Amino acid sequence: MTDSVSDWAVDYDIFDPAYVADPFSIWDDLRDRCPVARSPRYGGSWLPTRMADVTEIARDIEHFSSREITVVPTDADSDVLPAGSPPIQADPPVHTWTRRLLLPWFSHSRVATYEPYTRDLCNQLIDGFAAAGSADAAADYAQQIPVRVIGRILGVPDDMSDTFTGWVRSILEFAYDQERRIAARDEAVTYFLGEMERRRGGDGDDLISTLLRSEVDGEQVSDAFILGMVGLALIAGADTTWSALGSSLWHLATHEDDRKRLVADPGLLPVAVEEFLRAYSPVTMARIVATDVEVAGCPMHAGDRVLMNFPAANRDPDAFEEADRVIIDRAVNRHVAFGAGIHRCAGSNLARMELTVAIEEWLQRIPDYRLEEGSLVTWAGGQVRGPRSVPVVFP
Amino acid sequence: MRIRVNADKCTGHARCYGLAPDLFDMDDYGLSSVVRVGTVPAEFEDKARLAIVNCPEYAIEEFPE
Repeated sequence: MTDSVSDWAVDYDIFDPAYVADPFSIWDDLRDRCPVARSPRYGGSWLPTRMADVTEIARDIEHFSSREITVVPTDADSDVLPAGSPPIQADPPVHTWTRRLLLPWFSHSRVATYEPYTRDLCNQLIDGFAAAGSADAAADYAQQIPVRVIGRILGVPDDMSDTFTGWVRSILEFAYDQERRIAARDEAVTYFLGEMERRRGGDGDDLISTLLRSEVDGEQVSDAFILGMVGLALIAGADTTWSALGSSLWHLATHEDDRKRLVADPGLLPVAVEEFLRAYSPVTMARIVATDVEVAGCPMHAGDRVLMNFPAANRDPDAFEEADRVIIDRAVNRHVAFGAGIHRCAGSNLARMELTVAIEEWLQRIPDYRLEEGSLVTWAGGQVRGPRSVPVVFP
Repeated sequence: MRIRVNADKCTGHARCYGLAPDLFDMDDYGLSSVVRVGTVPAEFEDKARLAIVNCPEYAIEEFPE
């Protein structure tokens, strides 16, 4: 965060408090007069805001590389993460084989096996504050769930959750603070290298152990790739879903009709979850222009950074009827909260399960709740947008 | 009604499976395919149409009988 923004079309700052608090009106304005914005901040980038442009770029892997995917440059990472964070930060062919190693962990049938644990976890968390009559729906609940589920998949102890959460926030939410980001990254790398050593040669059935034993084309997968994949699983598995869950619970705290309707008709929840994902999409990724190309009349040059504004695409009135309204039984909803093309979020099935189970359990135990009067709801933004504090009360 | 999943377009969003689990199968890699060689029983036609209009990749196609 530096100087205040004068014109969002040529000088946007996605860490600016105004953008974090209400990006929606900024996107509407940009779509009308400059659908692909440009900014010199953080090394410079392009910002498409229309569904057509965002999905065209997402599917054009010839002109747009995923060799960097963060919204601010992270060049310094190559020393400690020599293989990057594949498959999200990779192009084919590396993308293809690393993704195939991870996808079975997040298939429908595998995700179903994580559901009982998730449901128990939600209830334990609610047990902790149910009698108090108040809670922070973001910090006490949403933030606690995905990080523990992914920790279980990685096979690391529950008591690491707060440490993981701290790392993930420093790496994503505070990415503009390079010192803080790099310190957290180094701690995470050291931790996971240690976990890999501890498991090497063993027969554990967690993700880290399994990757250590895996072979591709007859060759053992090297540590650099495993470290990248494991780090990615943590980062992509935590902040994203807790942000979407926090936004959903905030929406239901502030929209009584929607909440009552879901309490009365829980069968509607899966459709409502898709609408929350559309309206409050948490994730903005990036691409690097591989060879010069034009998008919507904008000349993009090799090496340019493009911010994949999936959240703005999901609010595009050309793609959705009443795009700015949250309609929990929206029938036609081709949202791209999980991206589009070959980089579709590998954990989308897991995210959906966590969102559905966590909202379902909350509404069953706390059907009637609202924002605490006079309290402050705070939002984080940048690569991932979601509420950090949602103080609520319930009778 | 007959439908198919275009394998060149499907990237595994799984929206079809979520909306119409009777009509689609998902493999371990998240990719979708239709069951019953794509023939949709009459009682599932509404669900098939919902799956078509919710696919972010426009990968589900209805084809003539």
